[in-house]
Amino acid sequence: MKNKIILSAVKLSTGYSSKKGKNVIGSEINLELKSNTLISLIGANGIGKSTLLRTLTGIQKPLSGEVILNHKNIDSYNPKELAQQLSIVLTENLPPSNLTVFELVALGRQPYTNWIGKLTPEDISKVNEALSLTQISYLATKKHFEISDGQLQKVLIARALAQDTPLIILDEPTTHLDLVHKVSLLKLLKKLASETNKCILFSTHDLDLALQLSDEMIVMNSEKTVMDSPENLIKNGILNSLFADETIYFDKEKAKFILKNL
Amino acid sequence: MSTKKNNIIFIGLLVLLAVCFLLNISLGSVKIPVDDIISSLSGGYATKNSWEIIIWNYRLPKAITAILVGMGLSISGLLMQTLFRNPLAGPDVLGLSSGASLGVAFVILGAGFMPSFLSEFFLSAYGMVLASILGSSLVLLAVLVVSQKLRDTMAILIVGLMFGSFANAIIGVLTYFSSAEELQKFTFWSLGSLGNQSWNNILILGITCFIGLFLSAICIKPLNALLLGERYAKSLGINFNKTRLLIIIATSILAGSITAFAGPIAFIGLAVPHIAKMIFQTSSHYILFWSTLLLGAIVLLICDTIAQMPGSDFTLPINAITSIIGAPIVVYLLVRKRKFMV
Repeated sequence: MKNKIILSAVKLSTGYSSKKGKNVIGSEINLELKSNTLISLIGANGIGKSTLLRTLTGIQKPLSGEVILNHKNIDSYNPKELAQQLSIVLTENLPPSNLTVFELVALGRQPYTNWIGKLTPEDISKVNEALSLTQISYLATKKHFEISDGQLQKVLIARALAQDTPLIILDEPTTHLDLVHKVSLLKLLKKLASETNKCILFSTHDLDLALQLSDEMIVMNSEKTVMDSPENLIKNGILNSLFADETIYFDKEKAKFILKNL
Repeated sequence: MSTKKNNIIFIGLLVLLAVCFLLNISLGSVKIPVDDIISSLSGGYATKNSWEIIIWNYRLPKAITAILVGMGLSISGLLMQTLFRNPLAGPDVLGLSSGASLGVAFVILGAGFMPSFLSEFFLSAYGMVLASILGSSLVLLAVLVVSQKLRDTMAILIVGLMFGSFANAIIGVLTYFSSAEELQKFTFWSLGSLGNQSWNNILILGITCFIGLFLSAICIKPLNALLLGERYAKSLGINFNKTRLLIIIATSILAGSITAFAGPIAFIGLAVPHIAKMIFQTSSHYILFWSTLLLGAIVLLICDTIAQMPGSDFTLPINAITSIIGAPIVVYLLVRKRKFMV
């Protein structure tokens, strides 16, 4: 199956414009996000990952260039149409509420339900499908504050799946998790990308895991933003430029970041 | 909790509402048997002619006002709590009640400064209502203007509180310059009263409450999305600014018109949504909307029944009763559940 392009960024520059002028954070960003692909976004703190994700999700307007989502400029979508193309998973804590896992995942169906939000049998089967794809059906009746961080992260992914969008964007989904849960979460994302033919983009600081599990990577450093397969990125030595720090370098043979002088 | 169990609770609440309604009409300085009330309300006659007059001219209008006020204030509390993701939010926090009080304070306390034809008009029932609605919509307008400039919902909450304090301060200044008689009149208004409403007033209140509740019902779906926070709600296709505007308008219509007719009634808007949340153990607004409506009516009917002190000629201020009865309930529920949910 040929992977079709879901989202592309053309000569994008991100940042904030104010009365004093433009504060450019990332420029000349060209991306092509395809279906059936797991893509990781890596870069040092403060390099502009969040700004890029905000721009790609249409929350923030680009300073120049454009974001094309399914052949249409992302600005030309109304909120409901956009919600049927793009779903997100955030790091921020959920406000306190009595929502059960099922109700939380079912909220993902909102772009499809009527004015009062009534779930049709089709909606309910989509929710159950999302729960079983993420292997959390057994949690359905639990309150969302009763489950562990790892389980909650899966619930939020299930919510995004229920939203039934070709593109899912996750903001640092592996923070707060231990190694085992990190691995199982990223494996889950990889499985979802191939089984449901979705394009899944996530930002992360877990470089080793991202290198091993991603189909493609977006690497941001202070000069440029490069998108390629992990193999090519290793071969071209792009990863070495990730940190502006002499004591960390990338070992091509081991495919690992190594500390000098230890 | 299963749907079946919820349905049983709902039926129970409906029965309780009917019982409270009849008891509220039955009890007071004169006790009227429930049989007579039912026969009078269903088109027949009560055994005594005086009962007939009491029911139709005093008790029934008051009971209906109690139901409307209870429903309206509770629902606006529910909307505020979800919008601001703050369990302490209520219709008072946007400064709407204070705005209404300011309007009324101006006409009652400032009547001495007006030409006599103006003061006569404003001191009539209609004038007070008009002043109160003007006061609350003025605050609403100010809040709306500011909320267009502010992106942070919490900031709007603080702006509401500031407008409230501002209005209260002006009321304080006005009371300082007013006569004892005017002061007494204003104090009585501010204690709140469900009685002495003409059928015409009730019709107006009924219409404004219906509009406010209808706007609230439109917000049920976005309110559920807001349970995940603003960013998720937006990503689910919710037009957040529009929803926020709708919620603020619905709340002001409800709180403004209710305060105009019945005075500033404390506590109901804050407490009833929590009682609903604790009974049903859910955050789903489909359930909370209807349960808050029913519970709001029930709670205010009970408070009003107590306020009229069955068997005596006294009537206590409703505003005091709502707090005396309600505050301990909330503390009890809070201690038992140990957690406040939005």
